[in-house]
Amino acid sequence: MLEIKNLVVQIEDNRILNGLDLTVKDGEVAAIMGPNGSGKSTLSYVIAGKEDYEVLEGEILLNGENILEMGPDERAAAGIFLAFQYPLEIPGVGTMTFLKACLNAQRRARGESEISTPDFIRQVNAAADKLEINKEMLKRALNVGFSGGEKKRMEILQMALLQPQFCVLDETDSGLDIDALRIVSEGVNALRAEGRSFLVITHYQRLLNHIVPDTVHVMSQGRIVKSGGKELALELEASGYAEYRASEAA
Amino acid sequence: MADVTNLRTPAEAGLTKLFEVARMKFPTGVSIAREEAFRYFEAVGLPSRRVEAFKYTDLRAALKEAAPPAEAPPADAARAALEAAKGFSGIEAVRLAFVNGHLVAEGSDLGSVPQGVTVTPLEAALTNNDPLLAQLAPVAQTRENPIYQLNAAFMADGALIRVAPGAKVAMPLHLRFVGTGSDAFSTATRVLVVLEEEAELTLLETHEGPDGVAYQPNDVLDVVIGDRARFHHTRLNGEGREAVALSTISARLGAGSHIETVNLVTGAVLSRHQIYLYFGGENATATVNGATMLGNGQLADSTLLADHAAVGGVSRELFKTVIDGDATGVFQGKIIVEQVAQQTDGKMKSDCLLLTDEGQMMNKPELEIFADDVACGHGATCGAPDEDLLFYLMARGLPRQQAESLLVQAFLGEAVEAVTHEGARAALIGEVEAWLARRG
Repeated sequence: MLEIKNLVVQIEDNRILNGLDLTVKDGEVAAIMGPNGSGKSTLSYVIAGKEDYEVLEGEILLNGENILEMGPDERAAAGIFLAFQYPLEIPGVGTMTFLKACLNAQRRARGESEISTPDFIRQVNAAADKLEINKEMLKRALNVGFSGGEKKRMEILQMALLQPQFCVLDETDSGLDIDALRIVSEGVNALRAEGRSFLVITHYQRLLNHIVPDTVHVMSQGRIVKSGGKELALELEASGYAEYRASEAA
Repeated sequence: MADVTNLRTPAEAGLTKLFEVARMKFPTGVSIAREEAFRYFEAVGLPSRRVEAFKYTDLRAALKEAAPPAEAPPADAARAALEAAKGFSGIEAVRLAFVNGHLVAEGSDLGSVPQGVTVTPLEAALTNNDPLLAQLAPVAQTRENPIYQLNAAFMADGALIRVAPGAKVAMPLHLRFVGTGSDAFSTATRVLVVLEEEAELTLLETHEGPDGVAYQPNDVLDVVIGDRARFHHTRLNGEGREAVALSTISARLGAGSHIETVNLVTGAVLSRHQIYLYFGGENATATVNGATMLGNGQLADSTLLADHAAVGGVSRELFKTVIDGDATGVFQGKIIVEQVAQQTDGKMKSDCLLLTDEGQMMNKPELEIFADDVACGHGATCGAPDEDLLFYLMARGLPRQQAESLLVQAFLGEAVEAVTHEGARAALIGEVEAWLARRG
C-alpha cells in the first residue's frame, strides 16, 4: 500500500526526517510512537503534501506510484487522508457545503460523476449517527465553535465519507475525553478493511487499546528506530522513550 | 494675478460648457439649488488627491474629459439594453427602468406600483414643482461634496417614491439602471425615497452597462426615513469595465427607524460609492455593508460618513474587499458622534483579502466623538488567504483554485448575510460565484 524510502525532509534548514523507511501493507494498521520532536507530525504533513516542507531525498509510493510530485488535492483524490491533530475552523463555510464540495472534487478528479444530493445527505446522516454527531453541528460553519472532541469526530466523519485508501491519524487522541476516545476509535475501527491502511500517530498507548495496531514503530530523530508488534507499545508505556533518547545521544 | 480658469482641467472646462447648455433645457423645479450646486462645483473643481476625502481616488486625474449627458435612447435600443441586463432579474419585483439615465416607461411597472406607494418620475416632478422636492438632499454634509453637487447640477431624470404612513410594502421595488451605446456619455439620476412613519420598503438597485465604453454615471439616492420606518436596500454595481461610476446614498433617519444598505461591487474601472447617514431621531439603527471584488486595473472606493445627532443610535458597518491582480480598494469611514448623541453604539470594520502581491488596499477609519457615554470602535485587516486553511481544504481534495474560491465566498459571505430579502441575498451570492468563475 504505502512505502516510504529514505525520506529526508527539512523545513527552513532544519532537518526533520533523516532517511526514514517505512512500509505499511494493504489492510494494515501501523502505529508510530515516539518522543516529542521526533518528526511524527512532519511525516503526516509530508505524506499529505504540505508545501512548507522540502523533500531532499527519498520517495513515498502509494500502490507503487510516487506521490511526492502531486499536490495535496491530487493526493487526496488518489486516496490519502490526513486526520489533523488540530482541525481548522473555517468561518463562513458551511459544514455540509464543505463536505459535498470535497466529495465531488475527489469524484471529479477520479473521473466519476457527482453525488446526488439525496445520496449525499443519506451518507452524511449515516456517518454522523455512528459518530454521535449532532445534526445541529452539521448546520454550522466548519468546526466553528466545536469542542476538541467534536472536531476530531468531524475528521472521522470526513474519513468515512471520503473512503480513502490510506489514512493518517495525527494524534487523534489528543484532547479527547474517555467517551470521545471510544466513539472516535469505534469510528476508525468500523473503517478498517481490506484495501484500506492506517498510520496512527500517537504519544500514548491508550489509543492503541481501542485501535489495536498490527505493527508498532518507534520514531526518533526523524527515523524509525525500532519496529515490532502491538506488544511494543506496551513495552514503551512501561519503559518510556529514555532508551531511544539515549541511543540518540550516543 | 493668475487667471484661475487657466488651472482648470479640460474635464472641468467641459463640465462648465455642458452645464451652460443643459441648464436651458432643465425644467424649472429646483433651478436655484441647481445653480448653487454648480457654482459650488465650479469653486472647488474636480477633487484631486490633495483633497483629504479624495486622497486615494484622484477624480481630477481619472476624469480626463467630461462626457456629454446622454439623450434618451431610441425605443428599440432601450429595449435591447434592458433585455441584455440580467442583474436581479430573477427576483420578483416592481421595476423602474432607466436607460442612459432616462426613465423608460415601456420597461417599467409604473401602472402596478404596490398599494401605499406613489412613484413620480423626476422630470414630471420638476416640471410640476412637486412638494416632495423639498425633501431632496436630506443630509447637510453632501452640500460640500463635489460628486453629489455635480449630480445636483445635472440631475435630469429619476423618481420620487413615497411610501404612505404605516404601509409595509412586501413587494420590492427594483431600480434598473442600464447604460447602452458606443460613445462616452454621462448620466445624473436622482431618486428620492420618502418613507413616512412606520412604513417599510425593500429597494433593489442594479447598475449595468457596456464594457469598452468610458461612460460616466453619477447616481444619487436620497432617503428620508420616518419615525419607526424600515428601509432595506441592496445595490449592485455591475457597471461596464471602462466606466467611471460615481454614486451616493444619503439618508436621514427618524426616531426608532432602521436602514440596511448593502452594496456589492464588481464593475467599473473606477467607482466611488458614498454613504451619508444622518441619525436625526433617537434610537435609530443602521446596517451598512459592502462586498467588493476587483480585478486588474480596477479601483473601488467606499466612503462613509455616519453622523449621530440623537441619543441611542446604533450603526454597524462591515466592508469586505477582495483584490485580485493589481486592483486597488479604498475604504474611508467616519463616524461622528455629536454631543447630544449619548449612548451611541457604532462599530465599523473593513477587511481585505489580497489574492496577489500587486493589489493594494487603503483603509482610513475616523471617529469624531463629542459625547462622553458612547461605545464606538473601528478596525481594519488586510491579508492573503490563510495557507493553513488552504492546505486543510486541499488535503480534502479541493484544487487550490476551488479552495481559494471557497475562502473568498466565506470571506464575503459575512457582508452579504445582512441582506434581509432572501432573493436579493441569493442574487448577491450568485454575483460572487459568477465573479469567481470569471476569474477562472
